[in-house]
This record gives sequence, C-alpha cells and structure tokens, in this order.
Amino acid sequence: MTAIIRALDLTKVFGRSTAVDHVSFEVRQGEIFGFLGPNGAGKTTTTRMLTGVIPPDAGSATILGHDIRSEPVQAKQRFGVVPETSNAYTDLTAWQNLMLMGELYGLPRARAAQRSSELLGMVGLAERKDQKVQAYSKGMKQRLILAMALIHEPELLFLDEPTSGLDVESTRMILSLLRDLNRGGTTIFLTTHNMEEANRLCHRVGIIRAGKIAAIDAPEKLKAAIERVHTIEVSFDREVPGDALAGLAGVTGLNRTGDKWQITAENRDTVIRSLVEFSRENGAAIVTLHTLTQSLDDAFLRLTREARP
Amino acid sequence: MNPAALSEQLRRSWAIAKKDIRIYYIKGPVLIFGVFMPLFMFLAFLMGSRQLPLSFLISGLVGMTLFFTATAVSPAIFPWEGSARTLERLASCPVTVEAIVFGDMIASTLFGIGITILTVLIGLVLGLSLVHGVTLLFAILLAACCFSAIGMLLAVPPTNVPSNIMMLSSLIKFPLVFISGIFLPLEQMPAWGLVLSACSPLTYFTDLVRYSFTGTHFFSVGTDLAALALFTIVFTAGTMYLHRRTMPQRM
Ligand SMILES: Nc1ncnc2c1ncn2[C@@H]1O[C@H](COP(=O)(O)OP(=O)(O)O)[C@@H](O)[C@H]1O
Ligand SMILES: [Mg+2]
Repeated sequence: MTAIIRALDLTKVFGRSTAVDHVSFEVRQGEIFGFLGPNGAGKTTTTRMLTGVIPPDAGSATILGHDIRSEPVQAKQRFGVVPETSNAYTDLTAWQNLMLMGELYGLPRARAAQRSSELLGMVGLAERKDQKVQAYSKGMKQRLILAMALIHEPELLFLDEPTSGLDVESTRMILSLLRDLNRGGTTIFLTTHNMEEANRLCHRVGIIRAGKIAAIDAPEKLKAAIERVHTIEVSFDREVPGDALAGLAGVTGLNRTGDKWQITAENRDTVIRSLVEFSRENGAAIVTLHTLTQSLDDAFLRLTREARP
Repeated sequence: MNPAALSEQLRRSWAIAKKDIRIYYIKGPVLIFGVFMPLFMFLAFLMGSRQLPLSFLISGLVGMTLFFTATAVSPAIFPWEGSARTLERLASCPVTVEAIVFGDMIASTLFGIGITILTVLIGLVLGLSLVHGVTLLFAILLAACCFSAIGMLLAVPPTNVPSNIMMLSSLIKFPLVFISGIFLPLEQMPAWGLVLSACSPLTYFTDLVRYSFTGTHFFSVGTDLAALALFTIVFTAGTMYLHRRTMPQRM
C-alpha cells in the first residue's frame, strides 16, 4: 500500500501553546481516514499544515509524493480542500465560483464548464447556479464548497468538519457523496469531532487530543478496545478502606466521589463477585451497585481523556 | 502541464485579476470614488490658486487620478479576503503567493489605466490639446504598474481589518502627493523639497504628463521613464517578497 499522506512530527506553536505536537501518521491510498478529536485538539491546524495553508514550525508532510513546503504547487494541484469555515466568494454566483476554481486549477474553459455542470447537478444546486452565494443557506454553501474542491477531479480530498452545524439533508448528501467518491478511488482525509460519523464512514481513525495522536486504528478496533473497559459504581453503608477495594481481584482503577466508588474493570463478573465477598468480610452492606454502559461518545471522551500525558 | 511553470501561474494570476475586477472594482461606489476623488481635489486647488496655468494643473490632475485609482482598492483586498476566509481558499489552490499578488496588481493596473484614460479623454473633449500622445500613453501604462505595486506594498501589514490598512495607506499616500510637483511646480521647490520629490515615483509621472500636454519638463523624458521603470521593478519585487513572508500570518 502506498502512503498518500505522510506526516512526520508535524508541530505548530501559537504563542506559548503547542497546538500540534509532533504528529505523525500515514494515510493510505484509497482509504477514508478520519481525524477525530474534541474541539481545540488541533485538527484544523494539522489540516492547514497538510494543505500548505500555514507552514509547520517543525516536521514535514509529503502529499502524493510532493513535500508540501518545497513543492506546494505540484501537491496542491492534485488534492482538493473543503476548509473548516465556508469560503466561497459570496459576491459571485455558484457558477462563477466554480469557473474561477477551474481557472485556478488550470482546466481548459470547456472542461471547467462541463465539470461545473456535472458537479452542480451532483450537489443539487443546478437550479440556483446563477444566484449569488450570499443568498445560500449554510448547507447549500457547504455543498458548493465540496463541488469547488472537486472541480479538478482530485485524487485526494481534505475535509475539515464538513458536516458540522449542517441540516440533516445536506449532511446525508455530503456523506453519501463522500462514500461514492471513495468507491471511485478518491482518498479522503476527514476531520470530525463526531465519533459516530467517523465510525460509520472511515476505514481508519486517528484520534488527536491536545495536539498529540492518542491512537490510530480501525474504528471497530478502537471501539472494541474502549468497550473492554467497564465502569462499576458502588456504595456501602459505612466507610471502607480504599486500599483494600483497589486490591480486589479484577479491579484496574478506583475513584471516589462522595460516598460512591467508581471502579474500572475489564471483567465485570469478577469484580462483582469480589465486591460481594468484600462486603461480607467487612460487614459493610452494599447500598447501590451500578454497571455503566457507555455510549460511543462517552467512550470517545474516555479514550481521549486517558491519553492525557 | 507543469502547474508551477511561469506561464501557468500567469494564467492563474489573470483569473485572480478577473475575480478582483468583478468583485471589488465594478461597483458603483468604487467607480464613483475613482472619478470624483481626484476631480474634487483638483477643483479645490483650482479655486485656491488662480495664477497657475490650466495646462500645469491638468498634469497634476492626471497624476493624482492614476495614483489614487491604482492604489484605491488593492490595499484592502487581502484584509477583506482574510476575514471572509476566501484567502485561505486561494492559499490551498495551486497558485503561488506571487501569482496572487500579481493578479491583484493586474486588476488595479487596469482600473487605474481605465479611469485615467477616461479623465484624459474628458480633458481633450473640453478643448485641451495633447502634444505627445504616445509618450502619455506609455507613461500611463508604466506608471499604472508602478502605482499598483505601491498599492500592494501598502497591503503588506498582515491585518484582517480593512479600515486599519486604509488609514495607514492614506497616511502614506497624501504626503506623497504633496512632494510630487502636483500642487507646487518642481521649479519653485527649495533644494530639500527637490530631494524629497526625487524619491516619489509620482513626480516622474507628473513630469511626463506635463511634457505630453505642454512640451515642457523638469527631468528629461528618458530620466522619467527610467526612474518609473526602476521604481516598478523594485516595488514589485519588494511587495512579492514581503507578501510571501506575511501571508501565513493572515490565515
Ligand atoms: N491562528 C491561531 N492563533 C492562535 N491560536 C490558534 C490559532 N489557530 C488555532 N489556535 C489554537 O490551537 C489549538 C488547536 O486549534 P484547532 O486546530 O482549530 O483545533 P480543532 O480544529 O481540533 O478544533 C486551539 O487551542 C486554538 O485555540
Ligand atoms: Mg477545527
């Protein structure tokens, strides 16, 4: 498998804070790679460095075999970008925006016109093509921006939170277009803070938190790894020694809030049995006992939290 | 196709210039400003000092027209596009910073040439006589390039607030007009004033316009053209170098 994107120790410092901290990963040909992380994790900053919008303070990125610092034009010629904030020219019509992109990517006029018509149909804007973008809804703008990114039939597409804040219809349309594009061979790099979306769409996911990569794997594997860890919440009718609780068979972590103990464990059954045993030996009755099942979002939060350095 | 080749980048500059003209120049207020601003300054001056001949004043009017139109809009384009985030779009396209700057320069050059030629035509209709038409045309073309490079130089500070940059550019543009032989003939200037005048490209253009209308001049035509060409090259190279450095700070 060929690496389409190769990021090596990418680092960006803003003032005193390091937004992206030695991030390294590879994106393979033909995959949808999800770059997942909470707000402020450094997804946009990483994407901007990969697309040659801002220079990294350290590290390097090779896109489709071109170093983004030394051969930016050659690299940019072969990928398309849907940036985080919508940025078509609002004083131009959809058609004019697309034709401008055609010229900026060096397409012959006739080819640009043909692509523009195709793409407008694909994103459902054919009827409003001569209207200024000013009058567009957020979802329509975003669909236009996707079309603009595709004008030159790029082999690689970058999207920075393409569906955040969009209506259901636009979201569904964009996600299904991305799937179609990928089936047609386009490699896709997508950032999102939505675990569900990453899980449904991506072949592999890289999780970033506070500027550092926490994990990279297939979403099912990440999910499985997360689900292996369970939380059990228990309280007793009297004080019990924490050390003894932490030493019980099957307990991998222990936390206390008020009179409740949160126990993390890989095997619920073992822990519950030892808790019952513990209660009998100490003469402390169990008042409450909960096993917590996690939503994917909880799991994602947990994973990013656990990656804290 | 090699996207980084000069010819390819020039074509893309032209696309950027067309976009600029469409979005920023072909707008009622901009066109009106372009025509009226120099006209009013000129009228104000005409009323203030009646002892100067009209042919002298017309060279000042043409000089101001070209200078103000070619530098009117371009300093604000980067701040506008930075805050609208369309600059990020351009930065992720296969165009160099130099090509973007050059595209903006083409647009302001064309705008300056268009309005200035219109001004000259109005003058001719009103009965002014032109002695050296070809020289005037050549001077306008060359000076428009030079002034558009100045316009982009004024855009170098990487702010995304258009009013800041407009304020700054007014602070630089107006004093330049006063040392360029527009309101005061170079012949009447003290020596230190002449030294200042020699540093302003507008001086050489105004001198050429005067020559075109009256046949008289302060510097030789060759000196004027050479000075303008030199300023154009230095300013263009300088603005491209500086924008390449400051562009990432706008993102
Ligand atoms: N231009 C900038 N100047 C200063 N700080 C920035 C800039 N861009 C991003 N940051 C900071 O870098 C961190 C990462 O931001 P960002 O990459 O936008 O995160 P994400 O896209 O994952 O939400 C944040 O703390 C943000 O405040
Ligand atoms: Mg972001």
